[in-house]
Amino acid sequence: MSRHIEWLAALLGAALLVLLAWSAPWLRFVLTVALAKGIAVLGLLLLLRAGQVSFGHALFVAFAAYAVAFAAPSVPEALLLLPLAALGSALVGLVVGLFVVRYREIFFGMLNLAISMVFYSLLEKFYSITKGTDGIRLPPVTIAGQALTGATYEWTVFGIALVLALAFGALVRVYLASSMGQALMGIKTRETRLEFMGVSGRRVLLAAYVLSALMGGVGGAIIAMTSRHVTPALAYWTASGELVFIGILGGAGSVVGPFLGAVAYELTRVYAAAAVADAWQLILGAVLLAVILFAPGGLWALLRGRRTA
Amino acid sequence: MTSIADQPGVPATTAAGISRRGALLGAAVGTLALAGRSAHAQGAGQKPAEIKVGIATYLSGPASVFGVPGRQAAEMLFDEINAEGGIAGVKVRPIFVDEGPGVDHFMGEYRRLVQNEDVAIIFSAISSADCLACAPLADEMKRPTLLWDCGTQRVFEDGRYQYAFRTQANATPEVLSALLYLLKVKPDFRSIAVVNQDYAWGRDSWEIFRTGLNALKPGVRVAAELFPRFGATDFSTEITRLLALRPEVILSTSWGGDLDALIRQAAERKLFERSTFLMPLAESSLERVGKALPAGHLIGARGDHWFLHPSPRDPAQLARFTENYRKRFNNWPIYPCHHMFQAVSAMKTAYAKAIAAKNGGWPNDSELAAAFRGLEFPSLTSSVTIREDGQGLENQIMGTTHHSDRYPFAVMTDMMVFPAAQVTAPVGQKSTEWLKTLKPELLTQLPATAPFR
Repeated sequence: MSRHIEWLAALLGAALLVLLAWSAPWLRFVLTVALAKGIAVLGLLLLLRAGQVSFGHALFVAFAAYAVAFAAPSVPEALLLLPLAALGSALVGLVVGLFVVRYREIFFGMLNLAISMVFYSLLEKFYSITKGTDGIRLPPVTIAGQALTGATYEWTVFGIALVLALAFGALVRVYLASSMGQALMGIKTRETRLEFMGVSGRRVLLAAYVLSALMGGVGGAIIAMTSRHVTPALAYWTASGELVFIGILGGAGSVVGPFLGAVAYELTRVYAAAAVADAWQLILGAVLLAVILFAPGGLWALLRGRRTA
Repeated sequence: MTSIADQPGVPATTAAGISRRGALLGAAVGTLALAGRSAHAQGAGQKPAEIKVGIATYLSGPASVFGVPGRQAAEMLFDEINAEGGIAGVKVRPIFVDEGPGVDHFMGEYRRLVQNEDVAIIFSAISSADCLACAPLADEMKRPTLLWDCGTQRVFEDGRYQYAFRTQANATPEVLSALLYLLKVKPDFRSIAVVNQDYAWGRDSWEIFRTGLNALKPGVRVAAELFPRFGATDFSTEITRLLALRPEVILSTSWGGDLDALIRQAAERKLFERSTFLMPLAESSLERVGKALPAGHLIGARGDHWFLHPSPRDPAQLARFTENYRKRFNNWPIYPCHHMFQAVSAMKTAYAKAIAAKNGGWPNDSELAAAFRGLEFPSLTSSVTIREDGQGLENQIMGTTHHSDRYPFAVMTDMMVFPAAQVTAPVGQKSTEWLKTLKPELLTQLPATAPFR
């Protein structure tokens, strides 16, 4: 039952996004960024299943975005850049993960935060290489050998983001249903039991961590190719906080949640900014408060109805 | 579906609940869709009902010390245009967007301004990162864009754009004029220290300054290069080091709260008595720090922006602007207000030029953009010319702080107004390369100083 609802929601949501992007051309950009952030939040969702919150996942988003920015002049092909950058992020995730999966809860979250801020400082301080806070402008990239411009380029990146969102959504669903995914929930309920069964909690978490870093990387690469300008702000702690915010907003109950949260977040932000340019933060904050107070299971639970929340 | 669920007597089952939610969602999506799909009228070259102008400025975050005065100046100037009947009879309306959330958000806002609000022209931005990112986007979306306040010189040195123009100077003339002024009023200094904010502008401006200094006066000892965190509130470490090192000159291109804190803390610990400060952006902090900033230090204003300019083009207009701004907002206008005046002035002049070129017809986007190239338009104090590469040529004022009974804060005396051509890197040359070619003879060609009156 749940399976059908998720698929239905995913396909309906995808169709709605395409309709929105078609009907309001300026939303195409906003929605592409929302999908990219959704993919990154999907990675966070994996860790949430193990009861762990990472306050530093912007590290992987920013790493991939900068990888794209640095590699684009020599490899101007999006279909190569994207997997390269994502694999780079996964690799960083493996190195960082080996260290952080030894910790749980607040220590896990704070260590992630610390490492991502170290990366932020590196981006800012190595001024001659990274151009500091001014950031790096991406040269035009080809997609499958085609030099696309304007609306065609935007549509193509949007399409790639949408396909990847659906693919990763399906992958995470399968992963969560597998024994690796079930073991993640074991970490949340009682890790000692897991160890007694002969399953290493750390390895289970490490696998999920690397996968989530990969998804963060995919999100970052898409963001870089969409906005075509990368700055260290991508790695700042507020960017990590934003991902957690989206996760809470959307709800961790389903793989649809992160995308629901990301789209709602971005739309709220742009419409709030359009309505009241100097108090949009207030509106955003009020929306999150309302969700926490009235729909603790997130937007997904709200849409599915109270009984499953 | 909604009607069934809403009928009295029909139990609100889960199914009905979903359909109600679905209907709400559908309605929301429909509204969004309708809101977005507005026809593009202004590019077509017909006289619009109003000229919408998108203005990107900082309404939140530390840079709102510039963004809010910029916005206020824009509100006042747009009201004045409308009171005079608008531009060629068409009223103007500003639409402000906040740069605070960063480049990604601003890229979305830029698209919204063009594709949804259908603005005729965009003033963008204060942040250099936003300028670097939006200049190529201006060409892509073919919408005239005026870079009204950002500092980076990289925009037009690294790229060529058809739709992006700058109505003000860039970091190179702003920093070089500070260096030249220092070399003129304190030619024998032997050591210097720098205290800049740790971000792109702080690093860039020091790079420009040092390159120029090495060309014009080689052999100066750099006592310390201090880059406190952006947004720092405590400078005790830096001040202690500077008190110990005793450099003759201390350069700081900091601004906003950082500069205010540095000035107050340096004054408390008498650092101003040991070293001469050179602060190219201090004009924007004068009113806030009051007389904590002692006399005898060298300050600038990112252009020739000063309400007591020694030789303004139209003294009555400068006085009227200053007075109106003070009356309405209860503050002295600072350089972003001047920069906003320049963007508005460029827009007015370009419309007049484009309409004249079309014999009274309304210009389309590309005709309007073409009018900006080579445009000369009045600023509050002189005039600005947009070069063929899109860069604006703007004069630079530097002065020495002076305490007068007439103002509750330091004002400038011994003012020097540098002609833009003298301090701006020529078209097609990179600033850092050009600065290396400067010769000490340049110092003999500097303008005369004017005292405070």
